[in-house]
Amino acid sequence: MKRYKEGLMKFVFFIAACTSVLAVALICAFLFANGVPAIFKIGAADFLLGKVWTPNNDIYGIWPMILGSVYVTAGAIIAGVPVGILTAVFMARFCPKRIYKIIKPAIELLAGIPSVVYGFFGLVVVVPYVREIFGGTGSTMLTASVLLGIMILPTIVGVSESAIRAVPQTYYEGALALGASHERSVFSVLLPAAKSGIFAGVILGVGRAIGETMAVIMVAGNQARMPAGFLKGVRTMTANIVIEMGYATDLHREALIATGVVLFVFILLINISFSLLKRRML
Amino acid sequence: MDTINRRTFRQRMVSYRRDPASFILFLLVYTCAALTIGVLLFLIGYILVKGAPYLDASLFALKYDSTNVSLFPALINTVTMTLLSLMIAAPVGIFSAVYLVEYAKRGNRFVGIIRMTAETLSGIPSIVYGLFGFLFFVTVLKWGYSLLAGAFTLAIMILPLIMRTTEEALLAVSDAYREGSFGLGAGRLRTVFRIVLPCAVPGILAGVILAVGRIVGETAALIYTAGTVAKIPSDLLSSGRTLSVHMYALASEGLHVGQSYATAVVLLIIVVGINALSAFAAKKITGGKGV
Repeated sequence: MKRYKEGLMKFVFFIAACTSVLAVALICAFLFANGVPAIFKIGAADFLLGKVWTPNNDIYGIWPMILGSVYVTAGAIIAGVPVGILTAVFMARFCPKRIYKIIKPAIELLAGIPSVVYGFFGLVVVVPYVREIFGGTGSTMLTASVLLGIMILPTIVGVSESAIRAVPQTYYEGALALGASHERSVFSVLLPAAKSGIFAGVILGVGRAIGETMAVIMVAGNQARMPAGFLKGVRTMTANIVIEMGYATDLHREALIATGVVLFVFILLINISFSLLKRRML
Repeated sequence: MDTINRRTFRQRMVSYRRDPASFILFLLVYTCAALTIGVLLFLIGYILVKGAPYLDASLFALKYDSTNVSLFPALINTVTMTLLSLMIAAPVGIFSAVYLVEYAKRGNRFVGIIRMTAETLSGIPSIVYGLFGFLFFVTVLKWGYSLLAGAFTLAIMILPLIMRTTEEALLAVSDAYREGSFGLGAGRLRTVFRIVLPCAVPGILAGVILAVGRIVGETAALIYTAGTVAKIPSDLLSSGRTLSVHMYALASEGLHVGQSYATAVVLLIIVVGINALSAFAAKKITGGKGV
């Protein structure tokens, strides 16, 4: 009886463990089965590299959205990465313990704030600022980049901090003993040693930025045309899906799912490079 | 390190004068840290100050209509959604972590595959979960826009989080406990449920609470699975929007700015509470000794 129960429960645990594999398989299967046919129907080149997206005329080119996602993400990297890494340096090497106990939860809170709240904050604070300084509507690539830069901060800070902490203390002490100042030891010895870990954090941040949806929709303007500059509106792949999914039918719907497939492939590539880097870090 | 490095303010300034590059780096580091914290404080402060005056009783009226813009139905839906998703994801997540830590043999290739898929899951953006939920639960299983479809979608989304935190909590339980239990003649199953899991409860709880935070804040995955109907649904197969979706709807309509602020305040308060709870639970594991 006891052995029977042990075996049964082991089986139950095993099935539970299989769930995540099953989930990934299902997600891949459904996305690809529903999206890939549309890509072939439209023509892979026309779909991926087409510069016009007008569902009313059955023209589906997502190149503007791909570029939009890439630009906004690049902007977020420029805005968020330097600040994030330096904050991580502060937390790992400059911060007194008493302040650390306050800052650490604060960074975690920054990660926990829902993206709609970020989006709303962008809408009522960042958009008017941009409008006042640069004119126009204020819903621009720049606005979205700044907001995403803030949103990826906690990711970058968290991963970079643990990477810096993982560098052996002897490196730091060695640099000090050679006469380097505290700052020089940190920046010329610790940071290069933690390079791959920090880079992994940046890649994780890229994944967050490219997949972010609600905050971007609320501040980016969402015009479905080729990105025309940092002070013009832009539509990302994620925004494209959410905005039009509600009323799309037939090929239009499939084209949106195919947009999801492209996004999914982007994310998979980013994830793979992240885990490769993490392996090198350990 | 502290004792070696202790210098007076003046000594520090003197060495900075000799080495201005260090001083610039020092300034940069402090500025960036201040910027990060400043952004957080400004965001929270701004929303609290603007939103608090709009928090009144009509916002918590039982029924939503376009004059009171009540967030109460959305709040109830959020609670329902959280409970449903946890009911699905928590047992599965905890059990699979138990399998990975207690049952699987070291170097098992299947374990590698599970870890890899869990990592993949945690990187997938919420809108892709939303698309999947829409294609599978809403369309193929014919549940329509419903709480159930939303809950299943979110359950898959939080599964990797619960798995990973539970795994860490289980690994933190000392092997001596397991050996002691085996030594007294307990089987593996009894050891897991009587010894290992009870010891790991705070860690698991911290993970579950974090998952609650993800659920409360999620929007993109819910719009096309749970839908956007602004009332308390009569059953699990009808549509209802959670607080985040409600917030998105209000903000994008742009008609009720004040109420949007107030809704943001409620969301923020919930998130801060959840974070504090999770930190409290996590502290329990280390007995308050860890940083």
